[in-house]
Amino acid sequence: MSLEVIEVSGLATIQDSGRTGWRRFGVPCSGPMDAFAFRAANALAGNTPNDAVIEIGWGDITFRALHDCVIAVAGVGYALSVYIWDFPLWSSYYVRAGWTIRLNKLNSGMWAYLAISGGIQTQPMLGSRSTYLRGHFGGLDGRQLQVGDMLKSKTPSRALNELSARALGTEVQLAYSDDPIVDVIMGPQEKYFTEESISVFMSHEYSVSITSDRMGYRLEGAALTHRRKTELISEGMTMGAIQIPSDGQPIVMMADCPTTGGYPKIGTIASADLPLFAQCVPNKNRIRFRKTTVTKAQKKYRALMNGLNEGIVEAD
Amino acid sequence: MKLRIVPLGDSTLLVQFGDEIDMKINQRVHALANLLSNLSINGIFETVPAYATLLVHYDPLILSFTQMKNHLRAQISKMEETESRKPRRVEVPVRYGGELGPDLEFVASHCGLRVEDVIRIHSRQIYTIFMMGFTPGFPYMGKLDDVLVTPRLETPRTRVPAGTVAMAGSQTGIYPIDSPGGWQLIGWTHLKLFDPASESPFLFSPGDEVKFVVEK
Repeated sequence: MSLEVIEVSGLATIQDSGRTGWRRFGVPCSGPMDAFAFRAANALAGNTPNDAVIEIGWGDITFRALHDCVIAVAGVGYALSVYIWDFPLWSSYYVRAGWTIRLNKLNSGMWAYLAISGGIQTQPMLGSRSTYLRGHFGGLDGRQLQVGDMLKSKTPSRALNELSARALGTEVQLAYSDDPIVDVIMGPQEKYFTEESISVFMSHEYSVSITSDRMGYRLEGAALTHRRKTELISEGMTMGAIQIPSDGQPIVMMADCPTTGGYPKIGTIASADLPLFAQCVPNKNRIRFRKTTVTKAQKKYRALMNGLNEGIVEAD
Repeated sequence: MKLRIVPLGDSTLLVQFGDEIDMKINQRVHALANLLSNLSINGIFETVPAYATLLVHYDPLILSFTQMKNHLRAQISKMEETESRKPRRVEVPVRYGGELGPDLEFVASHCGLRVEDVIRIHSRQIYTIFMMGFTPGFPYMGKLDDVLVTPRLETPRTRVPAGTVAMAGSQTGIYPIDSPGGWQLIGWTHLKLFDPASESPFLFSPGDEVKFVVEK
């Protein structure tokens, strides 16, 4: 089964659940910006949680199906049309050979995931199909998708008609919002900042800067004040970590972030809320941060992921 | 500093052995990293050793922070009783100076040394890879002899070729891929530090020892 890219204006890359096992050598994890929508797309398509999908952001993409296949699309900020019909996201669809699939960018939301039943097959690099753009490897030749690219998938584990027309139950949907409240686990360098600074961070609205990318989202809003030195000796970091460089403007590490860094981190966004944050539109959505504990954050994440596994229903 | 285990979000945690660049502290970091990689515990994805900390990536669907913390405490007290294994040593041939080592003369004049002395002092020592990062395969090595300590460039270069041997502050390193770089460039090696398509993609691992060998 395969899809051909016939038009693309957005940033489209192949992503699986990420490249683990190589971070100690300095290789970023990569993987999806919105892990919930990514997991949902694979689950709806009947794939494993690690299968490779297409991530699209910032613009549009159009495919032509070269064989009959089942696709599933999840995410925020996109309109889906297949052949002559407009369809909602968070569902799977039967696509006939020759039909076009269009994903058009809307004004709210940032990223959508298109999974093909069977999972996209490319040559894995360091054990993963995720594209790492700055490293020029993974996905399709380490680059973003372009017109003429052929995306092949394996034969799905089940018959196509058993995988199509499925949807994610509304009760297990993540509550995406234009103006989200995002939970933060504080530390490890909370003490590097004045108390006033921390309360400013927790009480003011922030927006995402237009200079953001898959590596990091810069925040615009009240700057923070360092209590003492503005750098520490480098240590490991992860997606969601909120670094404060010497100018006081926070940068949130995203999927392609470096494995280590030397700026103090005030806290890290909870995994269950990271998708809400990732989907914020630069200069538009207003974000508020709220303190949580690691225990509460882990409970919330478990509930979200367990719900996803049980939440696939036959579409109405 | 007392050892601390603190969360970095809900799926990673940081084991803090200290807060300075120190050989002894760094050896403990690598000892724990090796121990955890040998144990291959279900729910622990991978670790990232740095100068004085070990970051542990884990799956909160399998292990809670409290379980991780207790588990790690037990492993660390066991680790203190066992002897650390001898690090692997890699020899790296270097052509010092020339087009691919354009800052060698600046380093010499900054340190008040002759170029030959900089080469002799830089290549006689055995360095430890404290950590890897910046780009895939970049080794942060130290410590340089005090007489060689030179600040980084005021304006980083936009492109440093792969294989360039460099130094900054009390550290030395090698650029594994073409990338921007702000360190002083003193030489070049033909060894390939990173090849993503290879079975063993990296020449070095964190904790390895490196000895530079002068190539005429």
